[in-house]
Amino acid sequence: MSDITSQSLTSLVNNIKEKKLSSEEVTKAFVDRSEKSKELNSYITEDFSNAIDKAKKFDEKPNFDLKLPGIPMAVKDLFCTKDIRTTAGSKILENFIPTYESTVTQNIWNEGGILLGKLNCDEFAMGSSNETSFYGNVQNPIDKGLVPGGSSGGSAAAVSGQLTPITIGTDTGGSIRQPASFTGTVGLKPTYGSCSRYGIVAFASSLDQAGPMSQNVEDCALLQEVISSYDEKDSTSIDFKRDQYSKDLTRDIKGKKIGIPKEYRVDGMPKEIEELWKKGIEYAKDCGAEIIDISLPNTSYALPTYYIVAPAEASSNLARYDGVKYGFRAKGENLIDMYEKTRSEGFGAEVQRRIMIGTYVLSSGYYDAYYLKAQKVRKLIKNDFDEAYKKVDAILTPSTPSSAFKIGEKKNDPVSMYLNDIFTVPVNLAGLPAISIPAGHDAAGYPLGLQIIGKAFREQEILNLAYAMEDKINFKNKINDWWIK
Amino acid sequence: MSIDLKTIKHISKLSRISVDEQKAEKLAGDLNSIFNFIEKLNELNTDNVEPLTSVSETTLKFRSDEVKNQNIREQIIKNSPEENEDFFVVPKVVE
Repeated sequence: MSDITSQSLTSLVNNIKEKKLSSEEVTKAFVDRSEKSKELNSYITEDFSNAIDKAKKFDEKPNFDLKLPGIPMAVKDLFCTKDIRTTAGSKILENFIPTYESTVTQNIWNEGGILLGKLNCDEFAMGSSNETSFYGNVQNPIDKGLVPGGSSGGSAAAVSGQLTPITIGTDTGGSIRQPASFTGTVGLKPTYGSCSRYGIVAFASSLDQAGPMSQNVEDCALLQEVISSYDEKDSTSIDFKRDQYSKDLTRDIKGKKIGIPKEYRVDGMPKEIEELWKKGIEYAKDCGAEIIDISLPNTSYALPTYYIVAPAEASSNLARYDGVKYGFRAKGENLIDMYEKTRSEGFGAEVQRRIMIGTYVLSSGYYDAYYLKAQKVRKLIKNDFDEAYKKVDAILTPSTPSSAFKIGEKKNDPVSMYLNDIFTVPVNLAGLPAISIPAGHDAAGYPLGLQIIGKAFREQEILNLAYAMEDKINFKNKINDWWIK
Repeated sequence: MSIDLKTIKHISKLSRISVDEQKAEKLAGDLNSIFNFIEKLNELNTDNVEPLTSVSETTLKFRSDEVKNQNIREQIIKNSPEENEDFFVVPKVVE
């Protein structure tokens, strides 16, 4: 059955449409491989028997006009799924069973997708290694003892390990692109407002976006086409003309102008990342793109800005977890005591840390010095991109400042963990789309990614650039199934 | 700037997260290293910069104020840790 699970989404869709494979065969193959992959700890909640039932139903009355005809898919456990437990990686939501469906997952089921289960992630998507999850860390299929990145770590591991043909994650500061880079997979963070946030457990509402994670760019384009929609249930959803991303995908990027920002050459960046970036520039040139040096002068202020804005929004969003309306409740002597114990016992250390940072920067006497200051710097960072995009169509950078690190290596040093997102965070602050594609390996054989940042609403452009470069790079992931039992 | 234990206790109260002495000390250490990192923003002069509150340059849409979901009381109460008929239950607040 491994020949089924190693296929791309696009090839599975074609095989189902041509009746060479049934949805049941495909679903059973992924269920079977997922069952043998417990050691990765990718899943928080499995829904395998329901998935097989749904696949059988699809085969009885197939609709081949759908974009994902009978395709099984596991999703990050941050998306509310009706009647299926949704934990956000937190103890506080351990028994939460949503009574409604997120718009993004609903779009997938509407096009014939079938839920396999819910994938592990950092608690409330706060983390870069999947180590903050209440449900334990996830193993990177690349090597035992290696983090898969985060916060969409379970999603990245599941795609890379071929437990699901494709998946969705969410990206607030790099949570799709960094794990994609660490696992040799493709991850797209769409423009803010492209995918509805309705039914996604909120972390930082002005930054959160859902997006596809896949084995290749073509699959990524197809899923983006499915999940992106205008939704009146999300007041920040934007009604723009969405392209037929997979249909319009082309490798013809001749004459496209690609900017190289000098500020992304950060101190202490490993030589192999610098080399990878140089190689990426050569690949882009080979594809006919024009390379232009640009400047994004406020880049080094992006992370400090993010660590004010994101915790501030999180402290507000997470105020709803009070042990009254849903979720975990601790016993208390009175109402306030109950609140305080519930939140102290229900949230993990990183989430508590961020709530407290956020509370502090919004508190009386500190609001102007921190939160307002950060919003002003955020404006400067966005201005940098606006200025650069007068000269270029897209921007090429490394996705991360290093390859995947060992489990436990950075756990006790929050600032060194935060530095993982140095190249991805500016994109969220400016609300832009960006894609990470696997582009090479380091000396240990661990994958490294390149990031292509686009103009707002120009997902098609960066998908095309990624598609062309992917062909030149010809990346092969080194997976030896070490975890299979 | 340095965040002391008194400040940690104050933030803990505001955020309704209880902390004991040991946790407060750990948090003070962590928050100080994070705020040292954040202080970098003070290098920038932002006197004449408008704060960015939303990346999308469109204004929020109006919608008509209609009731769409009716009779979902059961759904709303379904996930509450403690309930009594149609109510959420909290520890006693009035004597």
